[in-house]
Amino acid sequence: MIELVNVKKVFNAGNPSEFSALNSVNLHIGENKVTVLRGPSGSGKTTLLSIIGCMSRPTAGRVRLGGREISSLPERFLTDIRRKTFGFIFQQPNLIKGISVLENVMLPAYPLGEPRSRLREKAMQGLAELNISTKAASKVEWLSGGEAQRASIVRALINKPTIIIADEPTAHLDTKLSQRFMEIIEKFKAEGKTVIITSHDPLVCDSKMVDRVINLRDGRIEGEPS
Amino acid sequence: MILHPAVIANLLASYIASFMVVYAAYYGAQILRRWDIQSGAELQLVLERKTYLISTLLTYVFGLQLLSLFLYVFTADTLCPLFVGAMCAAGTLNVNGFGYPTLVLKMVNFLLAGLWLVLNHADNQGYDYPLIKKKYLLLAFIAPFIILETILESAYFLDMQADVITSCCGSLFSSERVTGLGSEIASLPAKPMIWVFYIAMSITLACGVFFYRKGKGGYLYAALSVLMFVISLVSIVSFISLYIYELPTHHCPFCIIMQEYHYIGYLLYILLFGAVVSGIGIGALIPFRQVESLHSMLSGFIGKLALASVVLYAAFTVLVTYEIISSNLVMTYEVAS
Amino acid sequence: MRAWVEKQRYIIDFTLSSLIRRKVKNFGLLALYTLIVFILASAMFFTYSIKREASLILKGSPEIVVQRIKAGRHDLFPVRYLETLRKIRGVAAVEGRLWGYYYDGLAGANYTLLSPPTQQEAAEPAKPSAKTAVVEDEETEHHGVDASKPLFEHQGTALEPGTLIIGNGIARIRNIAKGEFMPFRAFDGTILNFRIAGTLSSQSELVSSDLMLIAEEDFRKLFGIESDYVTDVTVVVDNPSEIDTVASKITKLLPDARPIVRDEILRTYDSIFNWRGGMMIVIFSAAVLAFVIFAWDKASGLSAGERREIGILKAVGWETSDVIQMKFWEGAMISLTAFLTGVILAYIHVFFTGSLVFEPALKGWSNLYPHFALTPFINAEQLITLFFLTVVPYTVATIVPTWRAATIDPDSAMRHTGE
Repeated sequence: MIELVNVKKVFNAGNPSEFSALNSVNLHIGENKVTVLRGPSGSGKTTLLSIIGCMSRPTAGRVRLGGREISSLPERFLTDIRRKTFGFIFQQPNLIKGISVLENVMLPAYPLGEPRSRLREKAMQGLAELNISTKAASKVEWLSGGEAQRASIVRALINKPTIIIADEPTAHLDTKLSQRFMEIIEKFKAEGKTVIITSHDPLVCDSKMVDRVINLRDGRIEGEPS
Repeated sequence: MILHPAVIANLLASYIASFMVVYAAYYGAQILRRWDIQSGAELQLVLERKTYLISTLLTYVFGLQLLSLFLYVFTADTLCPLFVGAMCAAGTLNVNGFGYPTLVLKMVNFLLAGLWLVLNHADNQGYDYPLIKKKYLLLAFIAPFIILETILESAYFLDMQADVITSCCGSLFSSERVTGLGSEIASLPAKPMIWVFYIAMSITLACGVFFYRKGKGGYLYAALSVLMFVISLVSIVSFISLYIYELPTHHCPFCIIMQEYHYIGYLLYILLFGAVVSGIGIGALIPFRQVESLHSMLSGFIGKLALASVVLYAAFTVLVTYEIISSNLVMTYEVAS
Repeated sequence: MRAWVEKQRYIIDFTLSSLIRRKVKNFGLLALYTLIVFILASAMFFTYSIKREASLILKGSPEIVVQRIKAGRHDLFPVRYLETLRKIRGVAAVEGRLWGYYYDGLAGANYTLLSPPTQQEAAEPAKPSAKTAVVEDEETEHHGVDASKPLFEHQGTALEPGTLIIGNGIARIRNIAKGEFMPFRAFDGTILNFRIAGTLSSQSELVSSDLMLIAEEDFRKLFGIESDYVTDVTVVVDNPSEIDTVASKITKLLPDARPIVRDEILRTYDSIFNWRGGMMIVIFSAAVLAFVIFAWDKASGLSAGERREIGILKAVGWETSDVIQMKFWEGAMISLTAFLTGVILAYIHVFFTGSLVFEPALKGWSNLYPHFALTPFINAEQLITLFFLTVVPYTVATIVPTWRAATIDPDSAMRHTGE
């Protein structure tokens, strides 16, 4: 499904502060599988995630999505693909303060220009599935931690993506909420989606629904031939 | 120089437009030199981000050029009382040798900016920026024209001297005074021009529809649309203005944008400009129909341009015909001028 | 196409809500922007409408004024010259004018004294006379300055000897009213007492504030001008295309006279007002520049919260050009609000409060400053000029900062774990 070939990412090239976040990463992510990327901070997890998720381009190497090469696509095409294919769940819910939950959830679909009534329906449906439809009109500041997380998940799903990417999703959640989160991931898997998670939380890494754990260190995958 | 607020506004707009185009062209040159779509290096990413800046700048320049074109005519009209013999904008533009060339250049620059935007839009649809080098070469080509326009416009305004009494002891009047400015616009005879206009328009529209349907004859249509643009402008001077003013001798193409005539001129000119920009856009894009990354959408885009151009020209013709029919003027004989 | 429109609507909604969310920061910018528009618009409205007022008034004046020049200075005009003028072909009427200045030490002001033409001449409506005034009368209707009417119209009887009709400025400054007496010092030192018979209409105050109408014999007695001289002469020429020919004939026939053509005066006045208006704009350009720099700075200085927000937008799927569009609408909304508010306030300021803010600067040390209400006059040209002088610089200044904001990396949302 997603293929990375010899991917390198270098920041501040040519400057004294130049550093290589990723060095020669070769990776294949399988469809409808839950893959976990594990590693200490500074190992390049976030960078790898953003390259996989079409958020940034590799300095060198090739990235293929569903067979199509996307490494040299200009930003607007990359963004278009990302909108339709990926759903992002961040460490922090990253909701925009001052607007309602419903508006937050609809945000990713604005550039696509869908008719408003249809979009609202989709959003309300998504909220209902995660049991926070009662909070649709509330301001995000009034949500509890778990509710905010779930709102951000609904947002990630608004464009019906096939691949879910979560960056340290349980970092700020207690055990109960983390378990609830994993249940949601199970649901995704059952729906045929592909899930990629970065985490060093044992609850996530040792979970039985995880198909594969990849260890990252210093921008390289451990145990894989580079 | 006449320190009128509108003059200041004109010069300001001109300098701003020049500045923006030169700024854009400078970055465009950078892009021309270092562009490499295959590379993922930071430099390439920076350059790609810069393209957004250049597009934004050029979009604003396009809008600014159109507005400043109208402001220029307005200013010329406002200043006409200051010159002996000037009845309206047409007279003011005659004050020195820079007035009309500036006007022509303003129109040309507007069209060039429009052309660039059409190219830019097409380029953005391709996943590998196929037209990027040509686009920025065009930009480098446009830059000197804008600068030239600013120079001419500055010369025009700075050189202007109002016919005013400058000393309390003197009076303007002296028998050796040179006669006032001619407000006459050279115009072609009206009746034959009406035929030329309608025949040319029919041919152009027919060619456009043919191209829209069959996809053949794009270059011909582009050339015809330019020709039609010129013919339309000449026609406005020659006979269309007569019907709008209901006066057989008033040929001025500028007074039709004034309040007295219900600002009808704006509609006429905007339709015309829109039609010719889409027309030449077609001509510019046809050579790239075979480019792989544009393959899927370019034909559609060109088709839309053709449709737009044809519709706008048709609307223009309808408006002109309406003006002629509803006018109180009847041209039964040629007024010898 | 529909998708594009819908997209713009979404973006506008979002932009509006984000502007309201940052009230404090945007309010400062908006207030300053409105102020700039207000100042420039006031200056423009004022100059344009005064210019228009002046040209409307001048339109009623005679086509040619002829004055006698001696050693480069304006000298009295011999009455016998009038016959020479009357003989020129094309001349419809010739009229001598008697007018002059009187300095009143008590008030520290200069009055213009004018002797209106006699009853006989004024009775012929075919000859427009530019010398009489509308006496304050409740029944007359005031519809603004009518260009086709002569400047003032004499109502009723000719001025009685020994009386004056004075302008409102004089009435105010001397605190004098109808029925009272006003002393004047004649050319030979004698004191002449005149009774105030009435005041000129407040309608014409712009031109008549310092004007006094005086009977011919009183005028001559006051200034010591013999009956074979007048101050200058007005010439009426019916056919506009003949004006220049007549003027050139006058210079040939009367070498020591200079003809002043009305159109010359119109052009000169136009120029003066243009120059004044332009000068004000140039001076205020420093303020506009300061504002532009401020706007650029504000646009560049994104707060952490704003940066985060844009990062989130880009992370959830907004493209650089979408963010640029959002910023464009932001600028458009601010500009539109500031422009409309500034223009409306300027309109009220100039036309309803009589340019309260500018008054000290305009009045200078004039003692006879007229109270007048300008006729509102706005046209598209003024608004477009204003637009170019305010909105365009603001917009251009924000282009680069906007672009910088729009090109924030989408993965910045992932990297920042704090608020």
